[in-house]
Amino acid sequence: MNRRRRLSLLAVVFTVALGIMAGTGVFTFHYGEGFSYFSKDPAACANCHIMQPQYDSWQKASHHTVATCVDCHLPHEFVAKYIAKAENGYWHSKGFTFQDFHEPIRIREKNVEVLQENCLSCHQQMVHELAPGATKLLDEVNCIHCHASVGHGPPGGLGGPLREFELEETTP
Amino acid sequence: MTRSALRNRLILLVVFMLTVTVTVLVTALLTNIQQRKAEESLQYVRLLEVDENTTDPEVWGVNWPAQYDLYKRTAKPTRTRFGGHGGSEALPESKIEKDPWLKRMFAGYAFSIDYRERRGHAYMLVDQEQTERHQVPQSGSCLHCHASVMPVYRALGDGDAMAGFEKTHAMPYEELNDMLHDMGHGHPVSCVDCHDPDTMQIRVTRPGFIQGIRRLAASDAPVPHLPSIDEWREGDREEAYDPNRDATRGEMRSFVCGQCHVEYYCASKFPLTFPWGNGLTVEDIENFWNDLEFEDGSRFYDFVHKESGAEVLKAQHPEFELWSQGIHARSGVSCADCHMPYIRQGATKISDHWVRSPLLNVNRACQVCHHIPEEEIQARVANIQSTNHELLQKAADALMDQLDAIDQARKAGATDAELAEALELQRKAQWYIDFIASENSMGFHAPQEAARILGNAANAARRGQVEALKAEMKAE
Repeated sequence: MNRRRRLSLLAVVFTVALGIMAGTGVFTFHYGEGFSYFSKDPAACANCHIMQPQYDSWQKASHHTVATCVDCHLPHEFVAKYIAKAENGYWHSKGFTFQDFHEPIRIREKNVEVLQENCLSCHQQMVHELAPGATKLLDEVNCIHCHASVGHGPPGGLGGPLREFELEETTP
Repeated sequence: MTRSALRNRLILLVVFMLTVTVTVLVTALLTNIQQRKAEESLQYVRLLEVDENTTDPEVWGVNWPAQYDLYKRTAKPTRTRFGGHGGSEALPESKIEKDPWLKRMFAGYAFSIDYRERRGHAYMLVDQEQTERHQVPQSGSCLHCHASVMPVYRALGDGDAMAGFEKTHAMPYEELNDMLHDMGHGHPVSCVDCHDPDTMQIRVTRPGFIQGIRRLAASDAPVPHLPSIDEWREGDREEAYDPNRDATRGEMRSFVCGQCHVEYYCASKFPLTFPWGNGLTVEDIENFWNDLEFEDGSRFYDFVHKESGAEVLKAQHPEFELWSQGIHARSGVSCADCHMPYIRQGATKISDHWVRSPLLNVNRACQVCHHIPEEEIQARVANIQSTNHELLQKAADALMDQLDAIDQARKAGATDAELAEALELQRKAQWYIDFIASENSMGFHAPQEAARILGNAANAARRGQVEALKAEMKAE
């Protein structure tokens, strides 16, 4: 009887501890907007504000009407997409929590490949003679090498001054 | 207790400890997320009121501690290959010791007494108060750029800063400096000089700049890097160009620096003047000075060269003007983009108020646009600067040879009239050399323009040398 009571007391303490863990976990997930990362809403990518310049400049760049973040930056197949989400998510959370990443932020080699694949997946009709076959060769021409501004506008998103010819058009 | 019961309890204990650890980690993450969210939502809290007369940056620092912390760092010594001051608390090393031709070029001018490498913004007032150049009486104009001086201008002009400013050139430096300290404004350039105390918007305050940029706007000099001036020119021009009203945000990020990092006249004969009436190139400014007359009708000069007798010009530090000729200005990159790049603090970004060489801040200043490794960027800048340095030394050699030739011609009995052409070319050569030598980027702000100027400088000096030799032959 005594032993049984002691055991059940232990079980209660243990269950409470588990409950606290689960509760804080669920709350933290909610508070950290965890579910947004399963969506394809571009705003979710700027949740942590590190990507704010990328998010802002995407809205000004030519592709914003046809492609969101995930269209260019994640594989299109379901499994590969969620693996990439998990992997990038891990690096991003680690970087943002410990504040230990290279600035200005740089795309990783692996993600450059994803990006190139995605350029081709929409534009293959146009470029199949320019970029035949495999996309992962090191000497493969990257679309964004020349078309650097389609996703995020001019580098740095500094938004240069109006040129004289632009002024001529905008002033009466 | 049986063995299995003991084992069960041990497992239970281990699982319990694990649960505790995970809960601790999750809570730590939770507070971290909370902190980042707070950083993003809380831009600043206005604990103390600041107004136009709050020149003490420490008061502003209570409200904007992140910016203030960075601003205070301008007291730290920094050094690059061609600029700055590394190390001790002592005054920085002397420029005229390092390049002796500077001393000969400035013979007869206070810069030949004392001319040192610059230190950070935090030292601008003390360094000015301590310079040996005060052996020669200096004008009150100097404080335009070395102190948070606007309240003093307003007091002198009964509320009208422009009127007050126009009195200060005639006041001795010491008198105005005493007034500044007595009024409690003895601070180097501070927050209120570039920020509106109500809205924090950047703005320009310096009368010299406001007059100068109006002169530039009223001229027809091309300003492709300053689109708001073009826009103003196409309007009815009823009201004078006002940078605080007309300029774009991007332009303001250069104008605030252009309040001081420019060429100007700063002695006692007339108010501080920014010479932009013909445009911003070295020739535009040369023509502005050449067309300017003193009250007695004689042509403007900064000082008489002690050795040759030429009436010469002294360039100040035309960073804004040289930048205006460069590819960065042309591409819409402002001073602040490289010298005060955005710096990330947790989940917010602020301007780096530790104003310094971009070479000490390459990842923020350059790599945002130039997606290449830092070493490559450093190497490209080193290439530009060492090329410019070589051209500068060559032009200085030519000037020294010209001064030798003038000296010999004088010894041979050549008159001022016979030497007129040589002296005029000395004025030109010296102006061009000084324009690049005193400019604080070793040519980087506009490399090709700097090379063009130094080429013309060497050419003028050599032509002047030939003229001096001709005068010498005539005299003999």
